[in-house]
Amino acid sequence: MTIRSAVVTPGEDLRRPEISRGGRAAAAGPAGAILVLLLMACLPYLVEPGLTSELVTLCYLVTLASMWNLLAGYAGMVSIGQQAYIGLGAYALFLANDHGLDVYTGTIVVSAVVALVAWPLSYLAFRLRGGYFAVGTWVIAEVVRLVVVRFDSLGGAGGRGLAAVTEDPLLRRAFTYWLALGVMAAAVLGTYLVLRSRLGLDLQAIRDDETAANSVGVDVTRGKRVIYVLAAAGCAAAGAVICVDGLGVASPGQIFGVQYSALMIFMVVIGGIGTVEGPVIGALVYFLLDKYFAQSGVWYLVIVGAAAIAVSLYLPRGLWGTLDRRSGLAIFPVARRVHGHQGTARPETRT
Amino acid sequence: MTWVNTILQGLLLGGIFAMAAGGLSLMFGVMRIANLAHGDLMILGGYAAAVSTLHLGVPVPLTVLVSMAVLGGLGYLLQRTLLDRAMALSELAPMMVTFGIAVMIPNALAEVFSNDAQPLNIGALGTASIELGGGLAIGWFPLLTVVAAVLVLTGLHLFLHRTQIGRITRATADDPEVVRLMGVDNLKIYALTTVISLVTVALAGTLYAMRQGGVTPYEGQLTVLFAFETVVIGGLGSLWGTLAGGLVLGVAQSAGAQISPDLPLLAGHVVFLLVLVFRPQGLFGRSVLA
Repeated sequence: MTIRSAVVTPGEDLRRPEISRGGRAAAAGPAGAILVLLLMACLPYLVEPGLTSELVTLCYLVTLASMWNLLAGYAGMVSIGQQAYIGLGAYALFLANDHGLDVYTGTIVVSAVVALVAWPLSYLAFRLRGGYFAVGTWVIAEVVRLVVVRFDSLGGAGGRGLAAVTEDPLLRRAFTYWLALGVMAAAVLGTYLVLRSRLGLDLQAIRDDETAANSVGVDVTRGKRVIYVLAAAGCAAAGAVICVDGLGVASPGQIFGVQYSALMIFMVVIGGIGTVEGPVIGALVYFLLDKYFAQSGVWYLVIVGAAAIAVSLYLPRGLWGTLDRRSGLAIFPVARRVHGHQGTARPETRT
Repeated sequence: MTWVNTILQGLLLGGIFAMAAGGLSLMFGVMRIANLAHGDLMILGGYAAAVSTLHLGVPVPLTVLVSMAVLGGLGYLLQRTLLDRAMALSELAPMMVTFGIAVMIPNALAEVFSNDAQPLNIGALGTASIELGGGLAIGWFPLLTVVAAVLVLTGLHLFLHRTQIGRITRATADDPEVVRLMGVDNLKIYALTTVISLVTVALAGTLYAMRQGGVTPYEGQLTVLFAFETVVIGGLGSLWGTLAGGLVLGVAQSAGAQISPDLPLLAGHVVFLLVLVFRPQGLFGRSVLA
């Protein structure tokens, strides 16, 4: 924040600064994004099925990163336990499937059900703050895993397979891809809409200063709880996609693994925490890294950890945040910017 | 009698948790850093001990010192190069840094030493025990661990309350700005805090490795949870609470194991969650919501 001098020098323009959220450009960005999504939806007809299969991974990575960003970047909650909801999403899909729901309806139902589970769990997690909140969510994820493993009908410790959506492998790949794409679109555009709402304004106030937000009448706990539940629903949808993509769950240890949290943190920190675009960029970076370096064994994970440290220390706004700050560019304009006398954006205003 | 034995073994197990949690509590108390790499640093301490005896021929009892020296030095570097900078940036940055380290350590260990356990054998001490009659026995080594935990926590308490530098450390925890105005370099106090924290975690890690007969790379993911649970159960800001928290967690896990071999982890987590619900300030703490 800049504090403007109260002393007016002679000749200084005294017009009031304008505050805007991007004007006409605000519509262009999301419209472009929708166009890209529509183009992506046509891909199964245009390209080889191998490519769309890979894009499924990218889609759920973007979904996960967006959800973690919503939690940490906008509501100030660093969770390392979102794997609880990824795993629950995958396992709930088995139940939905057993009851004869197709995967599309199943994914929607699963998200809603997991949101209902997350709501009471939030009361537990919210007993803690900061780093202790982070570890508390991890413990909750472990408890969920240890409980799920005890149900033999869910495959116990051995994982479980999912009946294929259709016999035709080509069609199955296309269906999986559309599901993943739909979930991703809902996650990114949903995040954008939430942030532009009244709730989004509350959240950004909470993130910048919880006490101050509270003092001007923002219901801090309610705002955080809504986001916690929404993020759980999003992660559950991603879990359902992972389950459909892998035709089941290889093992509870994998789907409830803390490595999902590591990925989410990496993608959001690299891309730019607290921006809608950042997680998308971060997911793309991780996707490419994974594609080309995953063969080099676990050294690659060491590099991932080191890169997360380096970026959070030397580029704390991440790739997109840095670009955004330099150029004032925004595909999904959420922040209100103050325009001074010269009509220039003041980049100091926090998004 | 089995249950008396269960509780006894649980108390002995709790000693390690309490020791591991002491350093975590100290770092959080002074710098508000929740060290997410705490468990992995503990395992790294175990590796330092195991590797020094395997490859350098250090006698097993002395490996404790090697491990403490290695982690103490690492703590200094960590604070000076990464954490000082992170603390100046935001609340989020230190958490990201420690989480990054938590991702790096186990994977680097697995790559260098494979997933096989690195043995750390203490010979006859590992099995020797004191018969109490009636089928009860206290292992010498677990007893030693509990005694060490009490000594470490007492030492930390005396340091913080009875020495000049300890008083400065507590003052820094309360208000770093004012302490700096009094002419004390905050960064030196922070470096000292991290070094002390990692030296105790090295001791805990070495004793943990000795108890298990060796270490594997990914065990830190469990021990970090135990350490945090211990602090929360005992209550933040209370070193005696930390000891009690360790013992409660130890008994919970031991009781879980008594009911069914696949229950100890779940039992420990459930006790932690129950404490959160019914006594969020911990058994002895002032407030977890600090």
